[in-house]
Amino acid sequence: MDDVLAAARDWLERGHRVAIGTVVKTWGSSPRPAGSQIAVRDDGAFAGSVSGGCVEGAVIEEAKAVMRDGRLRKLEFGVSDEQAWSVGLACGGRIEVFVEPVMA
Amino acid sequence: MKRETLVALDEARRNGRAVVRALNTSSGEERLVDPATDTSPLGQEAAKAARADQSGTAEIEGRHWFLRVYNPPLDLAIVGAVHIAQPLCEIAKLAGYGVRVIDPRTAFATPERFPDVPISHDWPDAALATAPLGLRSALVALTHDPKVDDPALTAALNSQCFYIGALGSKRTHAARRERLTQHGFSAVEIDRIHGPVGLAIGARSPAEIAIAILAEITLQLRTGGASEPSAARATA
Repeated sequence: MDDVLAAARDWLERGHRVAIGTVVKTWGSSPRPAGSQIAVRDDGAFAGSVSGGCVEGAVIEEAKAVMRDGRLRKLEFGVSDEQAWSVGLACGGRIEVFVEPVMA
Repeated sequence: MKRETLVALDEARRNGRAVVRALNTSSGEERLVDPATDTSPLGQEAAKAARADQSGTAEIEGRHWFLRVYNPPLDLAIVGAVHIAQPLCEIAKLAGYGVRVIDPRTAFATPERFPDVPISHDWPDAALATAPLGLRSALVALTHDPKVDDPALTAALNSQCFYIGALGSKRTHAARRERLTQHGFSAVEIDRIHGPVGLAIGARSPAEIAIAILAEITLQLRTGGASEPSAARATA
């Protein structure tokens, strides 16, 4: 958890843009508790996690969009429905992830 | 998140201070709350969350906040710079502990054996007076030597640390209980000491014993020891 902050700060100091995703709500058996965070760099590098790896890819894409337009996003992920490209949690839980830019 | 907020959170972590970030997930408004001093309704909720070490939502005066707790790192004081202490330092660091080693025997506690770990060559009572154990501290006594272990255990029993463990067989531990009783501790107080130390996973090597110890510390931290298996591991 702590290394997420340190990584975000380090990236900012090197001139990158950074966005942060935070699990703000969980229902059922979520893989990571509320408060779990991921820091995403403008080139897609990231530190930390918001799930067991199931939805990080989608959060990183949204984080890049947040860095482009500066708008906050609330993402909700539930059970994946087996269809191609659907992003979801295999554990059957549901999570809400808040994505925000770090303002320079 | 403002850049200043990120820097302030990182600084608080480095300085060992708890801080809570209150976030309104509709507007993005954020407030940094000092749970130790803020007596506002928001501050009180933040203090509750920090004590429980649990982030979550709260409704305060009609407004919804997400309270993200940033607690200082957990503290693990290892008394006895023995072989087991070496892997224990490594895995405890991975689990997010600030680790320190206390051993007055200078031949054991060397920077070569414990790279990047703060080492104290003071006697445990002195070392733990200088840097006391707190609510987020755990202490493990590994020397087998009452001269060194007992002052450490005494300091730990007089603190609010969440875990105390002592290496030694059941017989060694029985003798230890007797000595601590003579020092005026009650049976209930002495029961705080986990001995023989570590969960019963059949550990043999120093690294395996270190895993058993950290597993037991984790169990105590996360469940208060509620689901602890009754079988104690009997190791030397």
